[in-house]
Amino acid sequence: MKLAALTWVELRKLALRPRTWVSVALLCALPVVVAAFLATSELAPRPGQGPAFLSAVLGNGQLYPAAALGIVVPIFLPVAVCVVAGDAVAGEAQAGTLRYLLVRPVGRTRLLVAKLFAVLAFTFGAVIAVALVSLVAGTQLLGTRPDALGTTTASLSGTALSTQELLVRTLLVMAYVSVSMIGVAALALLLSTLVDSPLVAALGGLALLVASTVLVGLDAASAVHDLLPTRYWLAWVDLFRDPVLWTDVQRGVLVQLAWAGVLLAAAWASFTTRDVTS
Amino acid sequence: MSDLAVETTGLTKRFGRVQAVTDVDLRVAEGDRYGFLGPNGSGKTTTVRMLLGLVLPTSGRVRVLGGRVPGDAARVLPQVGAMVEGPAAIGHLSGRANLRLLDAAVPTPGGRRTRRARVEAALEAVGLAQVGRRPVRAYSLGMRQRLGIASALVRRPRLLVLDEPTNGLDPQGIALVTDLLLQLSAQGTTLLVSSHLLSEVEHLCTRVGVMDRGHLVVQDDVDALRAPTGRLVVTLSGAETGTAERVLGRRLLEPPCGRSLVVADEGDVVGDLVRGGLAVREAVVERRTLTDVVLARTTAVGEGAGVAR
Repeated sequence: MKLAALTWVELRKLALRPRTWVSVALLCALPVVVAAFLATSELAPRPGQGPAFLSAVLGNGQLYPAAALGIVVPIFLPVAVCVVAGDAVAGEAQAGTLRYLLVRPVGRTRLLVAKLFAVLAFTFGAVIAVALVSLVAGTQLLGTRPDALGTTTASLSGTALSTQELLVRTLLVMAYVSVSMIGVAALALLLSTLVDSPLVAALGGLALLVASTVLVGLDAASAVHDLLPTRYWLAWVDLFRDPVLWTDVQRGVLVQLAWAGVLLAAAWASFTTRDVTS
Repeated sequence: MSDLAVETTGLTKRFGRVQAVTDVDLRVAEGDRYGFLGPNGSGKTTTVRMLLGLVLPTSGRVRVLGGRVPGDAARVLPQVGAMVEGPAAIGHLSGRANLRLLDAAVPTPGGRRTRRARVEAALEAVGLAQVGRRPVRAYSLGMRQRLGIASALVRRPRLLVLDEPTNGLDPQGIALVTDLLLQLSAQGTTLLVSSHLLSEVEHLCTRVGVMDRGHLVVQDDVDALRAPTGRLVVTLSGAETGTAERVLGRRLLEPPCGRSLVVADEGDVVGDLVRGGLAVREAVVERRTLTDVVLARTTAVGEGAGVAR
């Protein structure tokens, strides 16, 4: 009950902050711009090139929400999530409001959990916004395929998906993409409890993202590939195979949970024993 | 023991190799108006932060309103209002919105129903009720300071811990805050106020503690500290200092300066002067000021190994 009240306060703080909405708007803008270019040029990237999935989208705008998430997953979404997570505690410390929250007293564990919930809410909210905006942009700009009567579309394996099935799979993609952000978000949150600069915390989260991306692309590092947080980020594509190829999706979820578990435990240990001198 | 609002025992804090606070035994009784003094870097703020559970002691114990800090913080801190190292608020929200959010962060039984009224009362008390929806970003330094005090008052605390409460306030603001604190004290609130303005503390406080280089070097009632020095300052109507020197003899402590004399307060000084044919305009018992006490017992900045916080 106390946690619910604090989480509600944290969500309100997030919602009352203009920056939150600006970052969500920017996240949504990119897929709209891409859709506009696709619609006017009718030139999709060749299969196997460019952002995954985009080539399949050209004929059916209903696939576009998933494609749009694929566009924001590598950089845009993690940047936005890291900024919010890095700001969570360090932003309060920098503004001086952290000490006033703590002497209320909100309890450090409770504050950390409420901040985590707020970061997760932001992530999922941003994913929903991107999906909704790109659904509108996709169906308006790219249209639905007329020869299939707008009711069916092809999975990546070539079989037909009903609109209902498409909806379910898009929801799964949204959930998977949100979960994929947990690893970097947890690192940004950990750093946020250690330093008094939200910028440093956010950049730390992004450093993990870049390092992980570099290592995933490096064959010499193949021994650790399966442990890297970005290794399975693009596995959401498997949710559009028929039948769904769950292996990488499951591994991806497990990797995120492992990173989150370790980093959040460290965040809790540091924040609950730390001197607050900001 | 239960009549102590704040009690620390052997309170010590080291930051790495820097000894910020050493063996401090603070005693603030319920109902006290306690002035917490000392130069910058003397360990005042670190001590206050330990009282509030923000900084964890290296050794020693803290009891606030009968509970351990940080152990019982969840129970005792709701009864404490605090302002530490200046006010802080979310800049793009109004002062009112800030106070409501802060109050909502820790729900208390029935607190939600009275939140609006308590926030209004706190803003009213510091003279901020009329600022409306203006964001805190647009507040002046003095208004932010008032908002910081208001935020400490929303819970109607039993103990108020205020760091430099009149910092940045104009004379009207200082008068308002001082009156407010005296009024709260009259209603039974215990005050622990740190300040650099010694005259203000002298006016407001009943008891003072003085920190120097991490040690609590003085802790006493203001009245006791301001005890007479044993000297009288006598002002004559005329300039017959020669006569005065003859009448007073060894009791005259310093060579006369104009018409004023510094005299040891022994025997009937004024009577003797009058019987000697001198007209005495004024005779004042010399008292130490708080400034004298603090300066005598503390080290100037730069002399000691101070830390900023």
